[in-house]
Amino acid sequence: MTELKVPSVAESITEVTLSKFLVKDGDYVELDQPICELETDKASQEIPATVAGIVKFVAKEGDDLKIGGIICTIDEAAKKPEGAKPAEVKEAKVEKKEEVKKPAETKQTAAPVVEKKEETKQSYAANTPSPAAEKILSEGDVKAKDVKVTTGIGGRITKEDAINAVRAKANMPQKEAFSRTERVEKMSRLRKTVSERLVYSKNSTAMLTTFNEVDMTTINQVRAKYGDAFKKKNEVGLGMMSFFAKACCLALEKFPSVNAYIEDGNIVYHDYCDISIAVSTPKGLVVPVIRNAESLSLAGIERKVKELAIKGRDGQLTMDEMTGGTFTISNGGVFGSLMSTPIINPPQSAILGMHKVQDRAMVIDGKVEVRPMMYVALSYDHRIIDGKESVGFLVAVKDFLENPHKMLLGADPIELLIEI
Amino acid sequence: MSDYNVVVIGSGPGGYIAAIRCAQLGMKTAIIEKYDVLGGTCTNVGCIPSKALLDSSEHYHNAEKAFAEHGINTTGLSIDFKKMIDRKGNVVKQNNEGIAYLMKKNKIDVLTGTASFVTKNKISIAVGKGEKKEIEADKVIIATGSKPTKLPFIEIDKKRIITSTEALTLTEVPKHLIIIGGGVIGVELGSVYQRLGAKVTVIEFLDKIVATMDEDISREMLRFLRKDGMEFLLSHKVTGAGVKGKEVTVTAENKNGEKVEIKGDYCMVAVGRAPYTAGLGLENAGIKLDERGRIEVDANLQTNVPGIYAIGDVIKGAMLAHKAEEEGAFVAEIMAGQKPHIHYNLIPGVAYTWPEAASVGANEQDLKKNGVAYKSGKFPFRALGRARASGDLDGFVKVLAAKETDEILGVHIVGARAADLIIEGVVAMEYRASAEDISRMSHPHPTYTEAFKEACLIATDNRALNM
Repeated sequence: MTELKVPSVAESITEVTLSKFLVKDGDYVELDQPICELETDKASQEIPATVAGIVKFVAKEGDDLKIGGIICTIDEAAKKPEGAKPAEVKEAKVEKKEEVKKPAETKQTAAPVVEKKEETKQSYAANTPSPAAEKILSEGDVKAKDVKVTTGIGGRITKEDAINAVRAKANMPQKEAFSRTERVEKMSRLRKTVSERLVYSKNSTAMLTTFNEVDMTTINQVRAKYGDAFKKKNEVGLGMMSFFAKACCLALEKFPSVNAYIEDGNIVYHDYCDISIAVSTPKGLVVPVIRNAESLSLAGIERKVKELAIKGRDGQLTMDEMTGGTFTISNGGVFGSLMSTPIINPPQSAILGMHKVQDRAMVIDGKVEVRPMMYVALSYDHRIIDGKESVGFLVAVKDFLENPHKMLLGADPIELLIEI
Repeated sequence: MSDYNVVVIGSGPGGYIAAIRCAQLGMKTAIIEKYDVLGGTCTNVGCIPSKALLDSSEHYHNAEKAFAEHGINTTGLSIDFKKMIDRKGNVVKQNNEGIAYLMKKNKIDVLTGTASFVTKNKISIAVGKGEKKEIEADKVIIATGSKPTKLPFIEIDKKRIITSTEALTLTEVPKHLIIIGGGVIGVELGSVYQRLGAKVTVIEFLDKIVATMDEDISREMLRFLRKDGMEFLLSHKVTGAGVKGKEVTVTAENKNGEKVEIKGDYCMVAVGRAPYTAGLGLENAGIKLDERGRIEVDANLQTNVPGIYAIGDVIKGAMLAHKAEEEGAFVAEIMAGQKPHIHYNLIPGVAYTWPEAASVGANEQDLKKNGVAYKSGKFPFRALGRARASGDLDGFVKVLAAKETDEILGVHIVGARAADLIIEGVVAMEYRASAEDISRMSHPHPTYTEAFKEACLIATDNRALNM
């Protein structure tokens, strides 16, 4: 009998959540077959079987386990049953749907309990619509097999089920008027970590925010003019993120305190820029890191952004990919935010907030012109970054973005040429 | 602009229901009827008058045969046949008036006259002699029904050789009524006159009566009717019929090819009904008929001409009033853009003999033929307290259920109130109930419906409680 324990996932992690089992209690598992999924602060991880044998669960789904805690035992002495297939792993990956308790479900029929059990099983009549339900479904263009039956005996589709199905299809999720229903869900480990860190950040830093705005005319022109060629050459689109990351790297070099940590009474300056990019995933916000962004080309940055975004979406980001980072860029503009004050991602000292590009009336050389404008915000830790530096940093970022040619050499080429 | 959104031709149960449903759905509707009274065959010369006479004859029969057993003595029992026929006439009249009221209530224009298509949207209505009126309609529903089928070698003089229509308006009870055809209509009217004292002989080509019904039902009905004194010549092929004065002679051949001659005073030809489209001018609208003279329709009951629909006896399917009614409502809803359904296999069949017979779903011989694994539960009314109390002991309920799933596949009833009892089978089957489902529902005691529950118990697991 072998015990399967929670492995040490990363240095800072002391506790994990057993988010779900990928096998059934009593299943025969092969060596290295994924047994369960552990959710840590930042990522979820599949734990493989260390030996082959019959699994016996010790922990339950949803349990918080310490490192070294026992997940299950595997009886390696057990024989592999005939025709056993480990193929059910895939099936188990299906997202668990949350069940919302509806008052309708609490209705009880008068039938004795034992009989009811028989009848709620899939019967030959499952998804048979009643005469009225059949007409409603036809008119709503809903197939009987697609109807979620909640009221009919033996899975039969009642008029109520049919009405609900047609409503659901019409994208009018049925909401009961004056409902007082509440739901309680366990906070995910990721959510818990995020909440703790945000409060820590607010309480332990002297955070404030400075604003500026960026005229996106030139970047838009560059993207419009070279976008196709860029994509053809680099197999990745020319987005805004690469310009912003590059502009930040150059500005961070000018203002090193924005790129520094406070650590044990010291200030740790970084001669490199590891830019954390906030990515929205189905499980929540994660912040993977573009390492040495200062050394990457625009195409290199775009490729990295794309890679991290895909991994984030699929829940494939590793712990390594999400730790470190010396400065963060967060883009609330993708959700339509016009202005915000981002919160620093500790131990970092500053974070840049990008926002929505909007055509606004700007005064250019005494005339009103329509320009695509973006507000930018820099939240920073005033303990090590002075107002002069933070504002200077943001102005520098603005300058690089409005004059991308300066990004090539970190300054205006003509100014360099004539050495002023 | 057309005069009407919808014009319905024919005011039988299909037509008038279609008109009401159209009006309910907001269409400007008219209904054309050839006769002065509404209601078609069903109301005037079919279901309603035949049931009126069946009930009258049943009362007489009970008074004559059953009262004494209940301790009721009668003397001088006699039949006032004219009054019986008059009463039937009144029943029909009340129904006519009822339909006329419904037309008025729903603001449906009733146009009396014979309809004929001029074009697909234009209909001429012949009112009396040579007088004509034309109306235009966006859509038309043909509900012209059916007429009794004639045999080419028998001339129907409507006096001695008659159809079911004339059989409902006779002025005397026949002494010996010969009926050609042992289908539902033949045995129903045969029942009436047999109970009023006529000798009745039914000649049937097949070796059984009411051939479309379950064989058990057919056999049981034959037994009851014979017991009551009706005479049956099965497997007999009628070859001719002639009238001499008050005497009718029908000739037939038995299965050995031997000639048989039957003499009586009336002969009713009841060999079925044929769709009625004569004079309708279908060719002017380009409407197609099938090889059996029925109007061809698609799944929406639309003819090959868009906007023209047909329902009831004039199209394929069982010639039943309630089938036509379903189709009438169906077509109206289809025209309104709705998507209704009709489950044709769940339209019940009924014979108003005494005792009645009714069925829905598959019959046993079909299940056998199609190799369906089934089980059967049959419960006799005789075992019910209710049946013993009334003295109506004949008959049974038979439930056929799928062997594997216990789903009810067919219900066949012969006995008192079978026609009313069958609806439980229809409801059960519309919801695909299993036999056990029914056996777990409370049935009131004492009623005839208990036989249904008991038959289901037998079908489920052979665990009848009262047998």
